[in-house]
Amino acid sequence: MSESLIRLTELSMLFDGETVLDGLNLTINDSEFLTLLGPSGCGKTTTLRIIGGFLSPTSGDVFFNGRRINDVPPYKRQINTVFQKYALFPHLDVYENVAFGLRVAKLPKEEIDKRVTEMLGIVSLSGFEHRAVTSLSGGQQQRVAIARALVNHPKVLLLDEPLGALDLRLRKDMQNELKRIQQAMGITFIYVTHDQEEALTMSDHIVVMDKGHIQQIGTPEDIYNEPENAFVADFIGESNILDGVMLADYKVRIFGHSYVCLDSGFAKNEPVDVVIRPEDIDIVPAEAGVLTGTVTSVTFKGVHYDIIVDFGGFKWLIQTTDFQPVGAKIGIMLEPDAIHVMKKSVYSDSFGDYSSYSDEYDELEDDPEGLCDEE
Amino acid sequence: MKKLGRVYTVVIYLFLYIPMIVLIVASFNTGKDLTTFDGFTLQRYAELFRDRTLLPLLGNSVLIAVLSSVIATVLGTAAALGIHSMRGRIRSVVMSVTTVPLMNPEIVTGVSLALLFVFVGVVLKVNSILGFVTLLIAHITFNLPYVILSVMPKLTQMDPHLREAALDLGCTPVQAFFKVVIHEILPGIFSGAIMAFTMSLDDFVISYFVYGPNFVTLPVEIYNYVKKPLQPKIYALFTLLFLMILSVMVLMNLMQMRDEKRRKLQRPE
Ligand SMILES: Nc1ncnc2c1ncn2[C@@H]1O[C@H](COP(=O)(O)OP(=O)(O)O)[C@@H](O)[C@H]1O
Ligand SMILES: [Mg+2]
Repeated sequence: MSESLIRLTELSMLFDGETVLDGLNLTINDSEFLTLLGPSGCGKTTTLRIIGGFLSPTSGDVFFNGRRINDVPPYKRQINTVFQKYALFPHLDVYENVAFGLRVAKLPKEEIDKRVTEMLGIVSLSGFEHRAVTSLSGGQQQRVAIARALVNHPKVLLLDEPLGALDLRLRKDMQNELKRIQQAMGITFIYVTHDQEEALTMSDHIVVMDKGHIQQIGTPEDIYNEPENAFVADFIGESNILDGVMLADYKVRIFGHSYVCLDSGFAKNEPVDVVIRPEDIDIVPAEAGVLTGTVTSVTFKGVHYDIIVDFGGFKWLIQTTDFQPVGAKIGIMLEPDAIHVMKKSVYSDSFGDYSSYSDEYDELEDDPEGLCDEE
Repeated sequence: MKKLGRVYTVVIYLFLYIPMIVLIVASFNTGKDLTTFDGFTLQRYAELFRDRTLLPLLGNSVLIAVLSSVIATVLGTAAALGIHSMRGRIRSVVMSVTTVPLMNPEIVTGVSLALLFVFVGVVLKVNSILGFVTLLIAHITFNLPYVILSVMPKLTQMDPHLREAALDLGCTPVQAFFKVVIHEILPGIFSGAIMAFTMSLDDFVISYFVYGPNFVTLPVEIYNYVKKPLQPKIYALFTLLFLMILSVMVLMNLMQMRDEKRRKLQRPE
């Protein structure tokens, strides 16, 4: 299960002198679901295209089953791709699109028919065999693209934001569907997305990238609970990121108060970044809190309220199921496991402040389709 | 105003098509004179088909047109693929170089080619190099840019991931071209071929400089004819030629319409 299938070593890519990937090191295990997650333009597609063989890295190596495959062309790799905009062949019907790879491999007719029919069943497109691909909806085209790749039984499937063009409902369905197919067929999936929720839901491991660098590799729980720096903490979920000083092991000072935490191994009095997730903050009456602040905005989110609380100029985001009116004075309590301490990084001070919070915040986070994605 | 515009349009089209109509009417006229229409006859056509010189010449023209357009289409498509794979700057330079021969006056092209052929003839010590081969080479040469220019836009319109998808599914680059890419650019290849065919069929200026006594095309020979009194069977020949070009054009338009419909279907949004 956990033996390495693909290894990237010191992988770098330059486009016209501009560094797009900078010394990537990554090991991908057999049969795992690995997600490359990061904002648009961070180099996800480039990484995927190097693995697929459509780009040669400027430096560094790609290993497949221990063999260096830098110079192996795409048609000789046991890797198939689901392209960002599907790239179905418009002159072929659904059946022929799916059969394409098998026909190129010159498989016997009965074998092709058996595998195509089976595959169309798996992606719930039985009965669509002779439809023109241009007459299908986005979700159906998506499934044809997945079937066309998977029918070849590749060792690895590369997926570049495959659900980007679908509406939310369909996206959720397809997420489950993809995860199910991946587990049933035992194929390694390398999945690219800029949607952190999607990454957390589907992945065995997540690789968080920014500006051509890997920021953190870990399980979804690791990445969420133990972000390595302010960028990861901010990109995955919502975070309040504060300046702190490590007084001793398990003891951190924030805003002049000292708190018990679960982190150790820092130097005495080392400045650190402290992450506090909005859902980990307990609201108490003002007189009982370690910190008191004023509610400045309330947004109903369905399951909970997002409230912004001003603590003497620094605004925090708190998620609570109890309604608090704007202007209310509240106190908060922080349990040791609500506090996560990180080393300072280049990202310190650039994230985690909700002072300019507005309702559009969420939409700004979600990069509009294709804004920075086009080559 | 609107009415005036319509009248204007009609007048323009009359100017464009009246000469053809006169010619077609003349080809069915029993009278010797163009000025009076005496009666309907197929006599001219009968004369034409009995003619031992004109018809073989038409054959020559068609032969050159077919060969040169087919060869130019193959070479031009290959060239377009090559140009398409170039990086931005170099690509636009090469495209400009491609369009220059189109702007170049035909007479200049004709004389240059003739000089080149004669030079090669001297080097190879061939006495009369001008003939079928030089005519064919000349026609291929001036046809090439038309093919390249009509294939290029199809290549740029094509989703580049289609070719990659073919490679991804196991095609070699050559297989990817014949199984996928060619289907996307076929309308461009066809219109390039048809354009090349019509250009070649009626070319006079360039052909005049590079033909030899053993192989003459129709436009060149007609030029020699019109120095003498014009025989009425020529009208019949012209009418046939016109209908030939017309049907090729109609075919081309039909294909373009089909292509547009197909592309509309592909992008329903
Ligand atoms: N073929 C190319 N030529 C030049 N620059 C490119 C090319 N492909 C990608 N880039 C640049 O590389 C950066 C990373 O792109 P990409 O890997 O597509 O990012 P992502 O998929 O994470 O959004 C972007 O800044 C993009 O503009
Ligand atoms: Mg991308």
